[in-house]
Amino acid sequence: MNSPTTRILLWGALPYAVLAALIIGTIWRYRYDKFGWTTRSSQLYESRLLRIASPLFHFGLLFVILGHIGGLLIPQSWTDAAGVSDHTYHLVALVSGTAAGVATLAGIALLIYRRRTTGPVFLATTRNDKLMYVFLGGAIGAGLTATLTNAATLDHNYRQTVSPWLRSLFYLHPDVDLMQKTPGVFQAHILIAFGLFALFPFSRLVHAFSAPAGYLFRPYIVYRSRDPKTLGARAPRRGWERVG
Amino acid sequence: MRVMAQIAMVMNLDKCIGCHTCSVTCKQAWTNRGGVEYAWFNNVETRPGQGYPRRYEDQERWGGGWTLNRRGKLTLRAGGRWRKLSQIFSNPKLPGISDYYEPWTYDYRNLTDAPLGDDIPVARPRSLISGKPMEITWSANWDDNLGGMPQHGEEDPIAAKVRAQVADKVVYEFEQAFMFYLPRICEHCLNPACVASCPSGAMYKRAEDGIVLVDQDQCRGWRMCVTGCPYKKVYFNHKTGKAEKCTMCYPRLEVGLPTVCSETCVGRLRYLGVMLYDADKVTAAASVPDDRDLYAAQMGVFLDPHDPEVAAEAERSGIPFDWIEAAKKSPVYDLIAKYQVALPLHPEYRTMPMVWYIPPLSPVVDALADTGHDGEDADNLFGAIETLRIPVEYLAELFTAGDTVPVDSVLRRLAAMRSYMRRINLGEEKDESIARTVGLSGDQMEAMYRLLAIAKYQDRYVIPTAAVADAQRLEEAATAGCSVDFDEMPGGSGPFGETSGRSTPVAVENFHALRERGASDRPADTAGLRGRVNLLNWDGNGRPDGLFPAQAEDD
Ligand code: HEM
Ligand code: SF4
Ligand code: SF4
Repeated sequence: MNSPTTRILLWGALPYAVLAALIIGTIWRYRYDKFGWTTRSSQLYESRLLRIASPLFHFGLLFVILGHIGGLLIPQSWTDAAGVSDHTYHLVALVSGTAAGVATLAGIALLIYRRRTTGPVFLATTRNDKLMYVFLGGAIGAGLTATLTNAATLDHNYRQTVSPWLRSLFYLHPDVDLMQKTPGVFQAHILIAFGLFALFPFSRLVHAFSAPAGYLFRPYIVYRSRDPKTLGARAPRRGWERVG
Repeated sequence: MRVMAQIAMVMNLDKCIGCHTCSVTCKQAWTNRGGVEYAWFNNVETRPGQGYPRRYEDQERWGGGWTLNRRGKLTLRAGGRWRKLSQIFSNPKLPGISDYYEPWTYDYRNLTDAPLGDDIPVARPRSLISGKPMEITWSANWDDNLGGMPQHGEEDPIAAKVRAQVADKVVYEFEQAFMFYLPRICEHCLNPACVASCPSGAMYKRAEDGIVLVDQDQCRGWRMCVTGCPYKKVYFNHKTGKAEKCTMCYPRLEVGLPTVCSETCVGRLRYLGVMLYDADKVTAAASVPDDRDLYAAQMGVFLDPHDPEVAAEAERSGIPFDWIEAAKKSPVYDLIAKYQVALPLHPEYRTMPMVWYIPPLSPVVDALADTGHDGEDADNLFGAIETLRIPVEYLAELFTAGDTVPVDSVLRRLAAMRSYMRRINLGEEKDESIARTVGLSGDQMEAMYRLLAIAKYQDRYVIPTAAVADAQRLEEAATAGCSVDFDEMPGGSGPFGETSGRSTPVAVENFHALRERGASDRPADTAGLRGRVNLLNWDGNGRPDGLFPAQAEDD
């Protein structure tokens, strides 16, 4: 993993490839497969376990995502300037991160258990779903391991390595050497996450992109006019075009 | 005044014989596909009875429709926007498959392929959900004709309400019971709770004709609409992960044809026509404090198309001329507003439903005839309506939030019509006084009789087309807005499972399926149908892939 070429490929090129797959894949999927863009809810089959598992997983995950945004995108210099000591920061990050991570992991474990043991839900599980679960579970598992091992030793400050590296990607000037100092479990977490992101547009996970925030702002009752195009599939004959 | 037009339906319950033809033809037209095996856009339930899905009227449990909050403002019973979003990961009020019923098929193949033996081979039922052999213990009309009522009768939520008000119990014993059929489709409400519950805005009410539809490309499977609808008339397709519902057969209506359920109704009891209403008044009408005022409030929303002012305003609101003309001839308007014999189903859900019902007089007539009295004599009938409180209370719980006054008045009109017409049939002199006791003239009585008893096809269905000048193109729209040379042949499944890729209109899929079946000399296969079996296509030959869900090894 340490030859300069692999380093550049993994931490300098791969991220962009994944980003491209994510963006182009999402656009393509949206244009090609609007009908397949759904949660494919399995609640009709089983809801007792889902009632615990799904909120546990999703709320946990939302906090995990918030934590990632906070930890990775906000530079250490900003929190320092705000007077938050390194120790306080890590304590808060560790406690809330672990809580959210454990909830997410427990949630996904229960979801997978439910999927495997409830006959109809298992029947409705595609190969695509299984692959997605491998990456999703892997990313969460590796991430939680990284947090916990790091907490035990506290010898690695990811805000000096991973975070600046990630931000350097956005400046289009990836600082691949930063990643060299990062422990393997962090690297594994990041690589699995790359896999997950690349898979994202091609899996059921796209439902996350259509999180219905607009519901809070639109009027309750939606009216729509019939699409004049659907009046017929053929172009009208000359002289028979619709007016207005 | 903001005039809008709505295609509405009225059903005359006295004429329903409970044959389920409407349900079956509807199913063949719309839900003969995997994922909606359990869904009946049209179902016919026996009342008293639990209904389908079981006890759907128990809104304490299912949270459907609207209610008034503490400040008297109209809110969704299952919770407003924030509440909905916070419960999106798992909807606490979603009926499970067992609340509908577990759909099944039979192992037909065993009948021909079983090895020779002493036992006659049987076709065992097999679940279409789990693929496993199953016991059949419930279905969409398990309590048809009061079947199993001693056991299930107590579970009818309406019977329970009536019991709370009248000391007597609703009796389920055969000789004393009253019973009628209630065919139900989506109500295409003026204030649809399903639309209001949809987080992604995929459900909408069509501005031209008020039909409530689900945009299959925008539905994201949040399944909140199922909870929102108090009539439980939105179904979740568990294969595609999208909501589906009664479409009022809009491809047919657009070309002036009645819905499939109306067209095939054996009792000829369905009426279709245009209602004009004032859209600005809907919210206020749905918010009146007392449930029992909702029927009157909804009547106040409707506009009289014969009023020149209304017609002029309708034209200004962009309603086409032939729609206004159709509204004037609407049998639905006559039954609802002119004769006032039709009532809304469960107005207390505050969705302003638009499929109305003429309550059945038959429970009263039957009870009367059983006691040896003349069941067609006006005074006898009026007296019976007074004394037979249980059927009347029950009907009132269904149609007027428990207010017996409007139900009484409808039943009296129907009773008066019975005896008024009997005199004519027997060649006796017309008796205007019978008509006048219920506030009608003799001529009106006869007109009402004609509409209720002998109306012809074109009088029962007065349906303006989507666009007059476009008849030629509209013809194709009857196949779901798409000509048969739809450019994407239904074939193969997309890369994300069987439902991915662009959707093929059902009509096109069936067209190809039927053509293949007609033209091929091998057992019908489903290779062209995305791994699903279209029963229209299946000729009983072989066991095509996808007829049953994949089986687990250990089975
Ligand atoms: C705020 C955005 C999101 C919303 C509103 C949302 C909502 C939902 C809903 C309604 C279901 C269906 C549950 C059911 O009835 O079976 C679901 C399933 C699922 N979601 Fe999300 N989700 C969101 C974000 C995410 C994200 C970011 C991920 C992962 C990266 C994710 C992963 C999953 C998985 C794996 C399932 C399948 C659960 C199972 O049945 O095994 N979701 N989500
Ligand atoms: S009856 Fe139809 S329009 Fe009314 S809430 Fe239910 S699904 Fe919506
Ligand atoms: S087809 Fe007509 S008579 Fe038969 S069940 Fe349906 S509504 Fe009743």
